[in-house]
Amino acid sequence: MFVINCPYCGERDQSEFSCGGEAHIVRPKQPTELSDDEWAEYLFMRKNIKGVQFERWNHAHGCRKWFNMVRDTSNDKIHAVYKMGEKPPVI
Amino acid sequence: MTKYRINKTRFVDQTKTVSFTFDGKEYHGFEGDTLASALLSNGIHLVGRSFKYHRPRGIMSCGSEEPNAICQINDNTDLTEPNVRVTEIELYEGLKASSQNCWPSLNFDIGGINNLISPFIPAGFYYKTFMWPKSFWKKIYEPLIRLSAGLGKSPTQPDPDIYDHKHEHCDVLVIGGGISGIISAKIAAKNNLKTILIEDKNILGGSTIYQNNKHFIIDNQKSNEWLMNEISELEKLDNLIIKTRTSLAAFHSYNYLLAKENISDHLPLVKKNDGIRQRLWKIRADKVIVAAGAIERPLIFNNNDRPGIILANSVKKYLDFYGVSSGLNNIIFTNNDSAYETAVSLFEKGISVKIIDIRKKSSSNIVKNAEDLGIKIYWNSTVVNTFGYKKIKSIEIMNLSEDGSNVTGNKHKIQCDCLSISGGWTPMVHMHTQSGGKLDFREIDQVFVPSEKSENHINVGSCNGDFELEEIVKNTNNKVKKFLNINESGFDKISVLCSKELEKKNIWLLPNTISEGKTKSFIDFQNDSTAKDIKLALREGFKSIEHVKRYTTTGMATDQGKLSNMHALGIIADTAGVKMGTLGTTTFRPPFTPLTFGAIVGRSVGKFFDVVRKTSIHEWHVQNNAKFENVGQWKRPWYYPINNENLHEAVQRESKTARDSAGILDASTLGKIDIQGSDASEFLNRVYTNAWSNLGIGKCRYGLMLNEDGMVYDDGVTTRLGENNYLMTTTTGGAANVLSKLEDYLQTEWPELDVYLTSVTDHYSTASICGPNSKKILKKLFPNKDFSDEAFPHMSYQDAIIDKIECRIMRISFTGELSYEINIESKYAKSLWENCIKAGEEYKITPYGTETMHLLRAEKGFIIVGQDTDGTMTPIDLQMDWIVSKKKYDFIGKRSLYRSDTIREDRKQLVGLLTDDPNEILEEGAQIVSELDKKPVEMIGHVTSSYFSPNLNKSIALAVVKGGKKMKGQKLFVPMENKNINVTVSDFIFLDKENKRINA
Repeated sequence: MFVINCPYCGERDQSEFSCGGEAHIVRPKQPTELSDDEWAEYLFMRKNIKGVQFERWNHAHGCRKWFNMVRDTSNDKIHAVYKMGEKPPVI
Repeated sequence: MTKYRINKTRFVDQTKTVSFTFDGKEYHGFEGDTLASALLSNGIHLVGRSFKYHRPRGIMSCGSEEPNAICQINDNTDLTEPNVRVTEIELYEGLKASSQNCWPSLNFDIGGINNLISPFIPAGFYYKTFMWPKSFWKKIYEPLIRLSAGLGKSPTQPDPDIYDHKHEHCDVLVIGGGISGIISAKIAAKNNLKTILIEDKNILGGSTIYQNNKHFIIDNQKSNEWLMNEISELEKLDNLIIKTRTSLAAFHSYNYLLAKENISDHLPLVKKNDGIRQRLWKIRADKVIVAAGAIERPLIFNNNDRPGIILANSVKKYLDFYGVSSGLNNIIFTNNDSAYETAVSLFEKGISVKIIDIRKKSSSNIVKNAEDLGIKIYWNSTVVNTFGYKKIKSIEIMNLSEDGSNVTGNKHKIQCDCLSISGGWTPMVHMHTQSGGKLDFREIDQVFVPSEKSENHINVGSCNGDFELEEIVKNTNNKVKKFLNINESGFDKISVLCSKELEKKNIWLLPNTISEGKTKSFIDFQNDSTAKDIKLALREGFKSIEHVKRYTTTGMATDQGKLSNMHALGIIADTAGVKMGTLGTTTFRPPFTPLTFGAIVGRSVGKFFDVVRKTSIHEWHVQNNAKFENVGQWKRPWYYPINNENLHEAVQRESKTARDSAGILDASTLGKIDIQGSDASEFLNRVYTNAWSNLGIGKCRYGLMLNEDGMVYDDGVTTRLGENNYLMTTTTGGAANVLSKLEDYLQTEWPELDVYLTSVTDHYSTASICGPNSKKILKKLFPNKDFSDEAFPHMSYQDAIIDKIECRIMRISFTGELSYEINIESKYAKSLWENCIKAGEEYKITPYGTETMHLLRAEKGFIIVGQDTDGTMTPIDLQMDWIVSKKKYDFIGKRSLYRSDTIREDRKQLVGLLTDDPNEILEEGAQIVSELDKKPVEMIGHVTSSYFSPNLNKSIALAVVKGGKKMKGQKLFVPMENKNINVTVSDFIFLDKENKRINA
């Protein structure tokens, strides 16, 4: 069980958070102009990296804010947290 | 005093007698005893039967690693507890223990026949034997296996004890109260760090607390004396919390640890009442120091499982800690020096002892001590057999060949009543690996030791592979100082003198003259896995240690292989001719020792199991005989029976009255989200399939929400309260998820939108009045209001006042009837409801529950998301094309509505079903087929909703059927267990297709 440093609230127990999967997948601005394959790429295709992964997290039982987190899935080390819209750090 | 209670010790109070029973017979021990030491003091070794062969088994250790001596505690149906290690039970007045896995009795166990037929039940016996004939499995094999499976008996009544959970935070957590844990805790606490020391025994001290040999000296005192002083110093430290009887269960990432504290298990029965039994501590520690110690290894030789064969250090603990001698004629069988401490201690108390050592010599001080005392030592020898059925009587020994792979010379028989065995020590690396740490294999003494250095935890003492007293003390001091950034400690100038082991030898499976197939050299004592089982598994092609473990069940008993895993690995490595370090280990999973279910769930039982949500009108429902249904966490009225009506009768009456006159429903549980902001309309445009910008203020509209994959996610009516203010309703079960999903889009995809969402589900309650007389009732409640269709049309809302309280009236309908919903602040809802009932009295208004609501909406063909949909239905599948805007450029899920998969014409689509026999009611979930004779029968759909409609006087059903849209009028079949029901596909709107009733 990790301790997550919510960018709005500070360090909190993992039980207050929920994970929203891979980060930095932007919803296409013009979905109607995409082919089935292109839309499927956005809709279904997710990486499942063993190692450093960029993830979306939500402080669901706290401030309810979404933010991004860089986590090594092999050892759960958290490299960085940053707000939505901020540039991802180089890890 | 029994003849086995040899000496007085400071740990057992021999002035306080404690009586207990074992297998119905009364015995006596003393305060401070464990059940194990009390049994041994009464000369009892035989306490149980083994799992597979039902061989007599005795106490083998003195701690949590005990594989044999497990028993049933208490005999009542609610408090009885199976598989309890007698080595861990502190003796208390009134304790009742009984042996397990034997019938009719421990002394005569009919299952012992398995021992005689053991050549026919090797590893994998069950997998191999019960394969055929297939028909035997259910009626014969499974009941038989179940009969012989398991150890103790589970309680049959609910557990009356209270369990507790508590959170704790600290700077330093020290796991283990032995010498290295005590040194660590003292250094940490003296340096102003909030420190917690946990120890699973009732007192601190580990094995050093009974190490009373002159060759182990710290600061000119015997090591045990020195440690006693340290413990009393420790108790004076302010910022140190010492938790005894507390065992670590799990070590998770980020130094999150679970520990179980026994609070009342050791108390006499009369003092246990009403208190908390066990507490689970959830500890978050900045730094963790693991000082978990090491477990002594057994030796693996033929018939090494008889009662009276005990680990050597345990024999010493029983002697020097509890004052009990395990035998009066002892033999010690060892491959290392530590067992010599036991020998010297026995000898000094005048008890007969001999030593068998597989080494050729040892030149350490402690061995010299034993030799000087005149203790007989058989060097370069091994035990090849043991005798005595219910207790060991004698052993046979032989000399080892030069390389140790064989035995030579003659057999030599020696009498004994206790055989102490020691195969060296295994560091307890469980905690380290649970936290994610890796291991290295150390060749010289064949142990796995922690390798990776973590910033947040260290291992000290023998769990780190330090076995000599001097290196334990000095390395612990140095490591802890470095770990905690401390320059000096009180242990820097300490002097330690100890006997050091110079000669080491290890043989995983000791040689014998008899062929291996005829020996029983036990590795896993509890599950009866022997060395030959492991070799058989290797011969049959199992290579991975994880597979061998599962095939032979080695290490899979309640002790989780604490004594057996290393030998299993060693024998696999030897047999396969590979290096042991390359094999790896099996995974060490939490919990370290079994946890009670009570400790795991804590207070979350009974009414605390889950949150119960009740509407503010709940009391009225209870008083009016409502039966309730759980919808998520909500308690919703299901139906209101009158005079012993059953569900069917009540629902028929309620739905008839609602259509003929008036009905009232508590709709407070529907999710309500207040939406505000200048972009609120645009936001709704994006999240619902239909258009919202053109909705006038004061108007209501039904909306359908999809997932991005195009599947229906939620539905509900949203009302425009003002220019920039909407009130959205959601399904009862979906409320929280809808809010989260909307927040997600707002925060991550559309942060540019000026929209704010607030859940107001609990703030407003809703009474929904429907039926042709509903307008008259509303008029009585709100006499000043104009309810004409012109002034107050369908799908509109108006503010109103009742009893000086503001409320909102929405004219919306989920039943197809003329219908009004009154929203009011929750605290006034019950009074509003009572007013509605009173006003409706002359129209025989009937309260109705969820079941009638479902029936009424099904008559009208309105879907319920989650009942008629299952996450695979698009609005097109539901024949709701009308609600999908063609004009809007985008909304959530739009693009998915014309993916190649979603435009398939043979998708399951919503249809109505009418049974040929109008009285036949289909079962919800029943499968639908088009051809009965075709094999295999193809399932083309299923029934989603089904009722008998009193208003239509026939059975109606909603169903999803492949290609159903084009099947109207077609005959289909619903096969049931004993008949086939003939049905016809129909329109799914069964009543009032023209929507006349809504304006009735």
